[in-house]
Amino acid sequence: MNRGMTAEIAQLTLEHLTLVLVSMAIAIAVAVPAGILITRRAAWRRWVLGFANVMQTIPSLALFGFLIPVPLIGGIGKRTAIVALVLYALLPILRNTMVGILGVDAAVRESAVAMGMTVRQILWRVEMPLAARTILAGIRVATVTTIGTATIAAAIGGGGLGVFIFRGIGSVDSTQILAGAVPAACIALAADGALGWVERRWTAE
Amino acid sequence: MSAVVEFREASYRIGAREILRGLSLAVEAGESLVLLGRSGSGKTTALKMVNGLLFPSAGEVLVDGTPTTAWEPVRLKRRMGYVIQEIGLFPHYTVAENVGLVPRLEKWDEPRIAARVDALLRQVGLDPEQFAARYPAQLSGGQRQRVGVARALAADPSVLLFDEPFGAVDPVTRLELQKQFLALRRELGKTAIFVTHDVREALMLATRIALLRDGALELLAPPRQFLDALGDEARAFLACLDWKVDAP
Repeated sequence: MNRGMTAEIAQLTLEHLTLVLVSMAIAIAVAVPAGILITRRAAWRRWVLGFANVMQTIPSLALFGFLIPVPLIGGIGKRTAIVALVLYALLPILRNTMVGILGVDAAVRESAVAMGMTVRQILWRVEMPLAARTILAGIRVATVTTIGTATIAAAIGGGGLGVFIFRGIGSVDSTQILAGAVPAACIALAADGALGWVERRWTAE
Repeated sequence: MSAVVEFREASYRIGAREILRGLSLAVEAGESLVLLGRSGSGKTTALKMVNGLLFPSAGEVLVDGTPTTAWEPVRLKRRMGYVIQEIGLFPHYTVAENVGLVPRLEKWDEPRIAARVDALLRQVGLDPEQFAARYPAQLSGGQRQRVGVARALAADPSVLLFDEPFGAVDPVTRLELQKQFLALRRELGKTAIFVTHDVREALMLATRIALLRDGALELLAPPRQFLDALGDEARAFLACLDWKVDAP
C-alpha cells in the first residue's frame, strides 16, 4: 500500500465519520422527541412508526436512488446521503424511545403525579432516566447500521469509505474493496463497543 | 369541628359504568377514616378524588372548603401524602433522594432536606446510616413501604391518603406497619383516609369506618358500632373475623 493510498484512507475515513456523526445527530434530534410525542398521542403511534418502518424496508441502494430527483433534499452529494441515512436510523431510536418510556412502572408514574410533579418534571426526572438505557440501545443499533449503510453513500456522490468499495467493484480490485470495508468494519466495532460501555455504565447506577 | 375533606353527592362514571354513586361524607380534622369495601366497590376511586388524581363526574369533593376542581393541581397534591400498595418508589433514586423529593421540589435548602430525611427515616423505624444510600431494589417489601410512608410525610402534608398500603406484605410485617401507623397518627395527629378490604385492619386503624358497596355508602360508623351492624354487607365483612382453627 503506497503513501497516496494511506492518505486517501485517512481522508475517506474522516468523511465517513462525518457522514455518520451528522446523520446520527439529526436522527437522534428527530427520533427521540418524536418517540416521546407518540407516547402521549396513541393515535399518532401507528402513523409515525409506520413511516419509519416503511423507510427501513426500502432497500438502501434504492432509497439513495429515489432521493436524487427530490427537490431541496435531493441531488448528487453529501446532503442527499445524509437524508437517506437519517431516514434509515429513525426506526430503532423511535421505537426504543417509545418502549422505554411506556415501560416506566405505572405505580412510579402515579406516585410522581400524586407528589405534584409536573409533566415536564416527570419527563426529565423520571421517564427519561428510566428509559435512558433502552433509548441508548436503540441509538447503538442505529449507529452501527448507519456506519455500514454509509458506504453506499458513495453511489450517489456522498463520499466516504464506500468510494473504495465501488471503485474496487468496478475494477475487480479486492485491495480497494478491503481498503474501504476494513476501516468501516473497525469503526462499527469501535462504536458498538463504546456505546455498549456507556449503556452498561447506565445500568450500574 | 370543620371538615377537612367533604364529599358532596360525588359520583364517578366511565361510560355507562357508575363506579361511585352520590357519595356524601365529611372527614373531620385529625380523624382516621377507613373506606372499607370489596374490590370494585369504588373505594380507591373515592380516594383518588381527594388529591385530584380523579375528578367527580357529578357532585363535588371539597378540601378545606374549596372544590378540588378549583384548587391549583400541584398545591392540592402537595397538601396530601399519598401511599399506595405498589409504593412506586423511584428505582433510580436512593432512599434519601426518594424521601427528599417533595421538599426538593418545594425548593428547601439542602441541609434542611438532609435533616428532614434523617428525622423521617427514624420516625418510620429505619436507621438512616444504614438505609439512606440504598436503592429501593436493595430493600425488603416492608422496608420499601416504610420508605413510602416517609416520602408521603416529607413535606408535612395535612392529610394522608393510603390505598391498601400494607396489602402486599406478609402478615407479620403488616402488623408491624399497622402498629407504626397508629403510633405515627398518635404522634402527628394528621387526618388520614385509608382504603382497605381487610376488616381487621379497618377495625384496628379507624376512628370511623365507611363501608362502600357497589359505589354507594352502605354504613358509616365507629369501629364499636360497626361490630354490631346488621346490614348484609357489614355482616359479610364481620364473618371474615369469625373463622377459627378447630382445636385438635
